[in-house]
Amino acid sequence: MKLELTKEENEMLEGKQGKATRKAMEIITTLGEIYGAEKLIPVSSVQIAGVSYHNLGEAGLEFLSEMAEDGRTRVLTTLNPAGMDMEEWKKHGISEDFALDQQRVVDTFEKMGVITTCTCTPYLIGNLPHYGEHIAWAESSAVCFSNSVIGALTNREGGPSALASALTGRTAEYGLHLPENRIAEVKYEIDTDLTETDDFGLLGHVIGGRTGRMIPYITGIRHATMEQLKSFSASVATYGGVAMFHIEGITPNRTTIPERTEVITREDLNKARATLDDEMAIIDFISVGCPHASIKEIAEIAQMLDGKQVTEGKTVWITTAKPTKDLAIKMGYYDKIERAGAFLVADACCAVAPLEGRFTGLMTDSAKACFYARGKNKFKTEIRTVAECIKEALS
Amino acid sequence: MYQGGVVLVQGRKIFKGKVVGEALVTGEDISFYGGCDPETGEIVEKGHHLEGKSVSGKILVFPTGKGSTVGSYVLYALKKAEKAPLAIVNRTTDPVVAVGCIISEIPAVDQIDISRLETGQRVEVDANNGVVSIVE
Repeated sequence: MKLELTKEENEMLEGKQGKATRKAMEIITTLGEIYGAEKLIPVSSVQIAGVSYHNLGEAGLEFLSEMAEDGRTRVLTTLNPAGMDMEEWKKHGISEDFALDQQRVVDTFEKMGVITTCTCTPYLIGNLPHYGEHIAWAESSAVCFSNSVIGALTNREGGPSALASALTGRTAEYGLHLPENRIAEVKYEIDTDLTETDDFGLLGHVIGGRTGRMIPYITGIRHATMEQLKSFSASVATYGGVAMFHIEGITPNRTTIPERTEVITREDLNKARATLDDEMAIIDFISVGCPHASIKEIAEIAQMLDGKQVTEGKTVWITTAKPTKDLAIKMGYYDKIERAGAFLVADACCAVAPLEGRFTGLMTDSAKACFYARGKNKFKTEIRTVAECIKEALS
Repeated sequence: MYQGGVVLVQGRKIFKGKVVGEALVTGEDISFYGGCDPETGEIVEKGHHLEGKSVSGKILVFPTGKGSTVGSYVLYALKKAEKAPLAIVNRTTDPVVAVGCIISEIPAVDQIDISRLETGQRVEVDANNGVVSIVE
C-alpha cells in the first residue's frame, strides 16, 4: 500500500474522531488507493451534489442521516440545487409530500454544517476559491468552471466523496490535483463567431462529443462572458465527461499546446443544434438558468418581460440561487418577471425538479438542460437564445 | 484456506469482510442506478446478460461499474432492504461501486481475473487479504 497517512489522518481512519469521520476517511483512502495516490491533501472548499430528493430517494437520505449523527464539516461547504424552491415551492406545483422529503434532506445537510445554498454556481454566491487552490467539488459544470476558468484544482467528485472531503477536510492527491494531468491533449480551432449562451452550449456539445475525456485547448474565441463560460462548462461536461479545458487568451492555466488540431465551423454548431431540436416539439415549458442564472442575466430577462404577459398554457422558470433571487427582489426584477406570469425559481432547476409528466416540450438556452429534459423527463426540446426563449413565452 | 480450495488470484481489498456464497457472474458492466431495482436487487437493465436475475445474497462478479454516481446509494438501499450482494468481485472497481461498498459495508475485491469464475460455484471472498477462492 503506497498511500501514506499522517498521524491525524490515521486517527480519523481508526474512528478516534467519530463514526462519520471514519466512514468519510474510508471513502477517501479507498479512492486514493484505486487511483494510486501517494498522500492526502487538505482542501479548502467543498461543493456537494445529490441533493434533490427526486434523485437521492429514501436510502440516500438514510445514509446522510447516519453521517449527520456525528459528522460535521471542517471546511467551507456548499450545496447543489434541490428539487424545488425551498420557500415558494407551492406555487410552482410541487406536492406537499415531496416538499416535506426535500426539507428533510436540506435539514440533514444543515445539521452537518453545510451552507444550504442549493445552487450549481457556488462561485457566484460566496464559495469562490482562487487559482491554484485544492478543492473537492461535485456538480460537473462547477467542476469544469473551477478547473478551467478559476484555476482551482478538483476531480469530478460524486455526492458521497464530496461529503467525505467536507467531513475530513481532505482529498486524495490524484487526477486533476497533479499538474501533469492538467495539460491540453487536443486543439480545437473555432472558425465562427460565438455570440450567445446557446452558441457556447452548442460548442460544448460538439467538443464534448469529439474529445471524450481528453482536455481540449480551444483557440479562436476572442471574447467570452462569465455567463457564456458557465454555459460551455455545463455542456462540455454533460456531453463529454470533460472536467477541464483551456481557452487561449481567456483561461489562466499553463499548458503546452497540442499539435493535433481539429477545426469547428458554424456548420458543426448547426448540426449540434439539429440534434438538440426535436421535430414537432410543442413548447409548453420555457426554462433559463441551467447553470443558475446570474444577476446580469436576470436583469436582462426582467427587461424583456417588463409589461408583457406570458401566453396561457406556457410555464416559464428562470432558475437561480437564493441570494441572487433576493438581490433580484431588491432590484425590482422579481416583480417584473412574476407580474408577467413567469416564475423566478430559487434553489432548484428544470433538471432536478420532479417535473415528469407535467410538460411536453422544453425551450431553453442550455444544452445541458436539453439532455436532462429528454432523458429524465421525456420532454421534447429546442435550444434557442435567451431572447428567443422569452419571445416564445410571450407568443 | 479451505482444503482443496483453488486460490484464484491475489487481488486488492476495496472493502473489508470475509464471506462464502454462490457466485453470480457476468462479463457485462453493471449500472446500479437505473440498472438494478433498489428494493428487490433484480437487474432491470434491458438486454443485460443478468436481466431478471437478482443480485441479492450472491457473490456478484462483474468487470466494472458504469453510470451515475447515484449508483452508490442504490447499493446502500439494497443493504437496508437486506437485498444486497453478499460480496462484490471486479476486474477493476470503479469509484461508484467502491463508494457504494464502503457506505453499505459490502466486502469487495478487485484486480481479479473474473473469467475463471462461473455462476453457481461456491466462492470464498476474503476481502481483508484481497483473496478470492473457489470452495467447490
